[in-house]
Amino acid sequence: MLDHAIRSNRLPAAPGVGYKPQHFQQILDHAHPVAWLEIHAENYMGDGGRPLAQLRHLSEQFPVSVHGVGLSIGGEGPLDPDHLARLKHLVGWLNPASFSEHLAWSTHDSHFLNDLLPLPYTDATLARICEHIDQVQEVVGRQMLLENPSSYLAFEESTWSEPDFLREISRRTGCGLLLDVNNVFVSATNLDFSPQSYVDAYPLEKVGEIHLGGHDEDEDDHGRPLLIDSHGREVVDPVWALLDYVLERSGPKPVLIEWDTDVPDWPVLRAEADRAQAALDRIPA
Amino acid sequence: MSVSQSTFHTALLNPSEAVPEGLVDASAQPAGRRFSVYRNNVAVSLTEAMHQAFPVIAKLLGAQNMDGLSGIFLRQHPPTTPMMMFYGEAFPEFLAGMEQLSHLGYLPDVARLELALRRSYHAADSTPAPGDALAVDPEQVMRAKLEFAPSMQVVRSEWPIFSLWRFNTIDDAPKPQPGAEDVLVTRPEFDPAPHLLPAGGADWISKMQTGHTIGQAFESVSATTPEFDLGATLAPLLQGGVITSVTIERLAQ
Repeated sequence: MLDHAIRSNRLPAAPGVGYKPQHFQQILDHAHPVAWLEIHAENYMGDGGRPLAQLRHLSEQFPVSVHGVGLSIGGEGPLDPDHLARLKHLVGWLNPASFSEHLAWSTHDSHFLNDLLPLPYTDATLARICEHIDQVQEVVGRQMLLENPSSYLAFEESTWSEPDFLREISRRTGCGLLLDVNNVFVSATNLDFSPQSYVDAYPLEKVGEIHLGGHDEDEDDHGRPLLIDSHGREVVDPVWALLDYVLERSGPKPVLIEWDTDVPDWPVLRAEADRAQAALDRIPA
Repeated sequence: MSVSQSTFHTALLNPSEAVPEGLVDASAQPAGRRFSVYRNNVAVSLTEAMHQAFPVIAKLLGAQNMDGLSGIFLRQHPPTTPMMMFYGEAFPEFLAGMEQLSHLGYLPDVARLELALRRSYHAADSTPAPGDALAVDPEQVMRAKLEFAPSMQVVRSEWPIFSLWRFNTIDDAPKPQPGAEDVLVTRPEFDPAPHLLPAGGADWISKMQTGHTIGQAFESVSATTPEFDLGATLAPLLQGGVITSVTIERLAQ
């Protein structure tokens, strides 16, 4: 269990965006760009050059959130000590306002598969993930946030609901949670549950950050909708409505717009952040 | 029925494998093509990474061929770390082993050059030695040992890889002519730049990296490459800020 004296989340309860290098100059030139930026940890694990120079510069002006996409916390094998050391190094020099990773696995037999792969929600998985999170928080030296995945299928063997599973992980390890509202909507559509019920069951008091992103629409073998978490377009209206539902219950939170493929021009991304600000402004007093 | 990550992993990388039993949809029916979302994510994201990593190879082969080749490569050589910016280390060897590409013998070395450019881009920063560090009398220059920036890279080839790279990245560049070309990559600030090295230049840099003085390295290279031009080799090193330290060896008393 993490010592709570360790520094935890310091992101402002305001909109942020996922940082893309093509927006570097516009972010700096903009009088009121966004409240904070998030980076993918793995893109800043080189030894030097432009990526690190840009990050160093931005981190002097913005709170930065480090979001890992490759630690494979749900992996059956042990965590990769080299990767953990790289994360510790990055978090050490950058001293970010927040550090988060995913409820997923991505590495098996030393093969990194570059995707967030799903987990069965069982007691065995729970024990393994808690052990890994304890290790991460100890090595990196701070609290982490754990993000809910987007699901396309379920495991027959699962015995826990996802909100209960996340609540129990947080209770055992002291980690915070990152609630991806688009992922809730995608999973709810794909696995036919109510996104509002999911939110009702979710421990919102543990949420240190909210994610929003766009998804694509496809169909399964039976012609039923299958949503794909692609981060390649605007956030859809039902997801904005679900954000309102969350914020009414959670109060103000840091809200991030993720846009990772077909990255738009800065004004388009900025407009999404404005929409998130409007949602924060709508929270009933 | 429980699904191990080993089973999931095998099915993920082999589209001909059945979808693992125990993966279901909301009505507890087999997951079917829902599993393909993960297959697709992995294949598409790694193929995309290969296009980004080897743009000149992709141009030489055509986008479709690059897609097909990436599909084979990513299954034989999945990434071994989550640092995708270094993915593709095994690609030159893989290309060299593809029989149907043997008529394009230069591909592996062009891929090595693209890897070198990427390594240079992410290499540690360094400070060039003062501009006048080599502005000493010629006899002292010969006794100098040099250290180079971590971002410096050298790629040797029996093929005209510099001309091929330039022809495929710069408008109106001259057509490549047959011949061996060694390439020096410098990174003056943040953008790696390839330079054509004169004959013997790569050998001379290699000697300098193993602790020889300029004079020793010059003599050694001139013995095998009489036309070796030290000035033409030093010029891009000086202009590119590659020399980070100059130590003049004292004469033995």
